[in-house]
Order: sequence, then C-alpha cells, then structure tokens
Amino acid sequence: MVRVDGNGNGDSLVRVRGLDKKYQRGSEEIHVLQGLNLDVDAGEFVAFMGPSGSGKSTLLNLLGGIDLPTAGTITVANDEITHLSGSKLTEWRARHVGFVFQMYNLIPVLTAFQNVELPLLLTKLSKAERRKHVETAMALVELSDRMYHYPRQLSGGQEQRVGIARAIVADPTFLLCDEPTGDLDRKSADEVLSLLETLSRQHGKTILMVTHDPLAAERAHCILHLDKGVLTEGKKAGAAQ
Amino acid sequence: MAIPLSYNLRSLRVRWTSTVVAVLGIAGTVGVFVAMLALARGFHATLVASGSADNAIVRRAGSTSEMESAVTLDQVKIMEDAPGVARDNTGPLVSPEVVVIAAFPLKSSGTDANVQVRGVSPKALSVRPSVKIVDGRFFHSGLNELVVGRNVAASYSGLGLGDTVKFGGGQWKVVGVFDAGGSAFDSEIWCDAAVLDQVYQRPLNIFQSVTARLTSPAALTQFKDALTSDPRMTVTVDREIEYYDKQSRALTTLITVLGSMVAAIMGIGAIFGALNTMYSAVSERSREIATMRAIGFGSGIIVLSFLFEAICIALIGGAIGCIIVLPLNGLTTGTMNWQTFSHLAFAFRITPSLLIAGIVFSLLMGILGGVPPAVRAARTRIAYALREL
Ligand SMILES: Nc1ncnc2c1ncn2[C@@H]1O[C@H](COP(=O)(O)OP(=O)(O)OP(=O)(O)O)[C@@H](O)[C@H]1O
Ligand SMILES: [Mg+2]
Repeated sequence: MVRVDGNGNGDSLVRVRGLDKKYQRGSEEIHVLQGLNLDVDAGEFVAFMGPSGSGKSTLLNLLGGIDLPTAGTITVANDEITHLSGSKLTEWRARHVGFVFQMYNLIPVLTAFQNVELPLLLTKLSKAERRKHVETAMALVELSDRMYHYPRQLSGGQEQRVGIARAIVADPTFLLCDEPTGDLDRKSADEVLSLLETLSRQHGKTILMVTHDPLAAERAHCILHLDKGVLTEGKKAGAAQ
Repeated sequence: MAIPLSYNLRSLRVRWTSTVVAVLGIAGTVGVFVAMLALARGFHATLVASGSADNAIVRRAGSTSEMESAVTLDQVKIMEDAPGVARDNTGPLVSPEVVVIAAFPLKSSGTDANVQVRGVSPKALSVRPSVKIVDGRFFHSGLNELVVGRNVAASYSGLGLGDTVKFGGGQWKVVGVFDAGGSAFDSEIWCDAAVLDQVYQRPLNIFQSVTARLTSPAALTQFKDALTSDPRMTVTVDREIEYYDKQSRALTTLITVLGSMVAAIMGIGAIFGALNTMYSAVSERSREIATMRAIGFGSGIIVLSFLFEAICIALIGGAIGCIIVLPLNGLTTGTMNWQTFSHLAFAFRITPSLLIAGIVFSLLMGILGGVPPAVRAARTRIAYALREL
C-alpha cells in the first residue's frame, strides 16, 4: 500500500512524516519539500512524477540518506535515518539502499564486474562469494557475456543494466531510481523498465522511481505526483491493492 | 574492505599527462637529494679511508689541521720512545711529516690546481700499510724524487711516471705511483721530508705532524697518556681515522646542508605539483567519488584511496629519481679541501641506505601532496556532486 496523507499504519517499509527541505541560494530561500508525508509498503513499485524542479531528486536523495532534510523524519524498516550520524548513515546506505542513476555513474576505469562488485566490498563476503553474487546479478540483467567490458565498451542501455546489477547485488532493502531511462532511447528504456518490473514482480523488490516518461510510470504499481512540495496520488494510485 | 587499488592505478594511467608532471617533479627532487648526499658521503668516505685505527697523528696542541701545526725533532724523539709505538727491524714506525701546497696543471682544463705535497719519512709505507706502490718504486732517501698518488698521476699533466717537474725552486723526478685505496692520499704527492725542507728552505727539524703506527688500536690510550703527561710536549694526539673524520666534517656538513636545502626547495615545488595533480583528479572525479559515497564507502576509505594514489605517484617518482642518479655511483669528482687548500678527488657514493632515504623523502612528498586533496575528496557533498554533469 502507498499513502501520502500521513495516516499509514505502523508497518509500512518507508514512512515519511512532515518532511521539509529548504535550499538557500544566495539570499533566496527555496522551499522544495513542504511537510511531505509518504508511506510505502515493502514490495511496492512507485513512480514519482512532477514538473522539473519540483523536488523529485531532492526527495529521492533524502530517502536514500545522501542528503539531510531541514525538518521531518524518514523511517525505513523501523530505522529512523534522519537522526543518524554521518558514518552511521554511510553504513546504513551500504546495507539498505540500491541507487540507480540517470547517468548510470559507473566507474569508467573499472570493468562491469568490478563495478557490480563494489557494494560487496563493504560486506564480509569472501572473494568467491562475491564472484557468485556478481555473476548472479549480471545474469539477471542478461549481461553475463559483458562481465569484463569497461563501461565505454557498452551501450547506454547496457550500462544502465550494469548500474541496476550494482544496485541489487548486495540485496538492499529498496531501490531508488532517479530517471533511470532519462538518457536512453525507447528500446533500451523498455528493456530497463522490463527489468525493473521483473525485479518488482518476481523478486519482490521495493522500487521508488522518479521519471518524466509516462510510459515508464505506467510500469509502476502506483504513480505519485510531486507538486508545490507535497505528494498527491496519481491515476494509478492504489492499483496494486 | 577498501576500494580496489586497480581503481587508483588505472585512474593514474587514464590521466597520465597530469601524472607524469607530478612524477617528474618528485623524480627530479629525489635525484638531486640523493646525488647531493652521495657527494657528501663520498667526500667523507674518502677522508675517513685515509685514516687508520692503528695510527696516531700528533700535532701541536690547539692546531685544527696539519697546516698550522709544528712539532720539533726533540719531540719526535720522545714519541719514538713512547709506549705503544710499533717497531720493525728499522726501529720505531714513526713518520714525521711536512706539508706544502704546489700548483700543477690539470689534464682536463689545463688550469692549475693545488696539490698537497707531503714530505714523509722513508718509513712512511710501513706506517701506512694501506698505501702501495703500483708503478715504479718508492723514493730514495735524500734524493729529489717524488711518488704520486694515483689520482694525481691520472689528473695532472707532467706528473706521470718518469716525468721531471719543477716546483718550490727544485727539480724533481717522478719515480713511482701509489695507490692509497681511494683515500685522500691518492690526491697527494709524497717525497722525502728532509729534501722538501731543504728545497723550501724550511728549518730542518720542525715538522707539522707525526704519524705513528701503534702496536694495536688499543695502544692509543697508553701512547696518548704518555705524551700528554710529558711536560716537554704540548701536543694533541688523535687516532688518525678520527682526525680525518673531523677534517671531513665541515665540508660534509656544508654539502649535506646545502643539498638538503636545495632538495627542500625543490621538494616544495614537487609537493605543489602533486597537490595540483591530485586536486584536479579529485575535482574531475567528484561524480565517481559521490557515487562511491552513495554506495556506502566511508569518508575514511575515500581518504585512503586518494592518498594511496598520491603515494603511487610519489613512489614512482622516487624510484625514477634513484634510478636516474644511480650511474653517478663511483663517478670520480673533485673538490677543494678547505682544510688543506688543495684539490681532493673523491667518488659519489650511493648506498642502499641513501636510496631508502630518497624513497622515504618521496613518500613524505606524496603524503604532504596527497592528504589535502584526499580530505577534500572525502568531504565531497554527495547530493551536490551527483547533480553536476
Ligand atoms: N543544492 C542545491 N542548492 C540550491 N538549490 C537546489 C539544490 N538542489 C536542488 N535545488 C533546487 O531545488 C529544486 C528541486 O530540485 P530537484 O533536483 O529536486 O528537482 P527535480 O524535480 O528532480 O527536477 P528535474 O525533473 O529537473 O530533475 C530546484 O528548484 C533546484 O534548483
Ligand atoms: Mg531530478
């Protein structure tokens, strides 16, 4: 279930209450998020839409613990992350968040294999176990034959699939995807979206995705609109129920 | 666990132009540093090799070098009878010596350079067994004959075996060449002290120093105590090796201090080179850093990763610097020995410990040039850096 009215029951995976984010740009204050509420249950696939500059990336960054809110709380799997110190937050990200970026953000000097292995370097897994996990993730994104290619030797769609493999390899609590298809042509975008759908349907992954593309949003269980600092339910909201 | 080291190594290769600049800065600095210290060590080693632990050198009390010392014949007699002095069938092994400076033309430039001419006792070779005649023979007592050190034979024209030279108002014949094992004597000319006194019209029974061979290194105390407690003597007694060690100290210190200063100044430049390279690496890769931070790598890991990269630059530079100067090892050069105002030939000495010092120096530059950019990398604000395209 996904709710934006702040009345979710206590057992949602992600619970956001009164989230405020202000940016200071010179003397001007930009109030991007204004007392935003959100409840997302485990296994949901949510799409966030909204005009450019409405604060979608800001919201995702706050949920992923790479930025701090001005006010309000974010609780993920009963951990309130808005009170964690810098290093605790870093550890929390390693354990719970899989990021998928619009620009893929693969490390250019590392092979696909090494890129996907990165999150596992933060775990206690042995080298052999890491290899197994990487191979599984690469098989899931259908790039087993591109394991030792460097990012520049891959197409945009392939790069993004490596990016998704990297995001899921350590089995995080949820995936945060900021315009994962924003830089891709239709065909590659569809492949990536199908992949996300598979992850949601067959593997029960919780996915929060920002997109401008209505076709991309259609793949989600639920579309939320961000406007004027708060979320509203879109036409597909609640479809997953 | 840390970010794979291949990340840093490959990044260095990708940004190779910038890397090369920083590497060369450090290589040049380490090269100069090692070369200067090798020079100081070579000089020191040459002078120290001149001395023997078995010998004592006696000078007038208070004189800092042979040049300003005076010892009378009566005093020499007392020394010959002193305890601890070695003897052979010719009697006590004692060489009263006088030293003058004479100018001879260098083969390389044709200009004159000062050579130390040492008037010695005919027993000089027994007093200093490390000195060996390698060509010709030793001088005959009472004749105007010279034996020259091998550096002298090699460096000056008109001082080869069989040559006749004029200096000090006398005519001399070179009858032998000696090898003093790379010591300062190799840059000297030896002749009979009595003949030298005559030619230079010096008083016959005044010497500048007396070198005595001891029965053992331990006999020095006995010998020294006997001389210094004797009211007829006002002399300083030094172990010969310590005397030369002291002699070398002024110039060794000068070269070391100058060399360190030059290396420090170059080092500051090299550190700035490394800083510049690493700062631009950090800003070019802010997106990569932000990505790794987002994935969950801590700021400490990021610092280590970039520091490692700077240290790689430094170590490559340090190794290149050492390799560049390595051929200098054993290369002979010369300098004015300010204690004797004569020319002294010696060789650069590059020792393993010197190379280690060079590498440690490069490491230091790498750390100083690497820490600030690494800290900046760790402070990358993730959300900001990810927005930048
Ligand atoms: N670090 C910052 N400093 C100042 N203003 C910022 C900062 N980050 C974001 N903003 C502002 O906050 C607002 C929301 O930005 P955000 O990137 O979240 O929007 P978005 O909905 O993701 O837009 P887009 O669809 O173009 O990606 C914008 O007006 C932006 O200019
Ligand atoms: Mg955005």
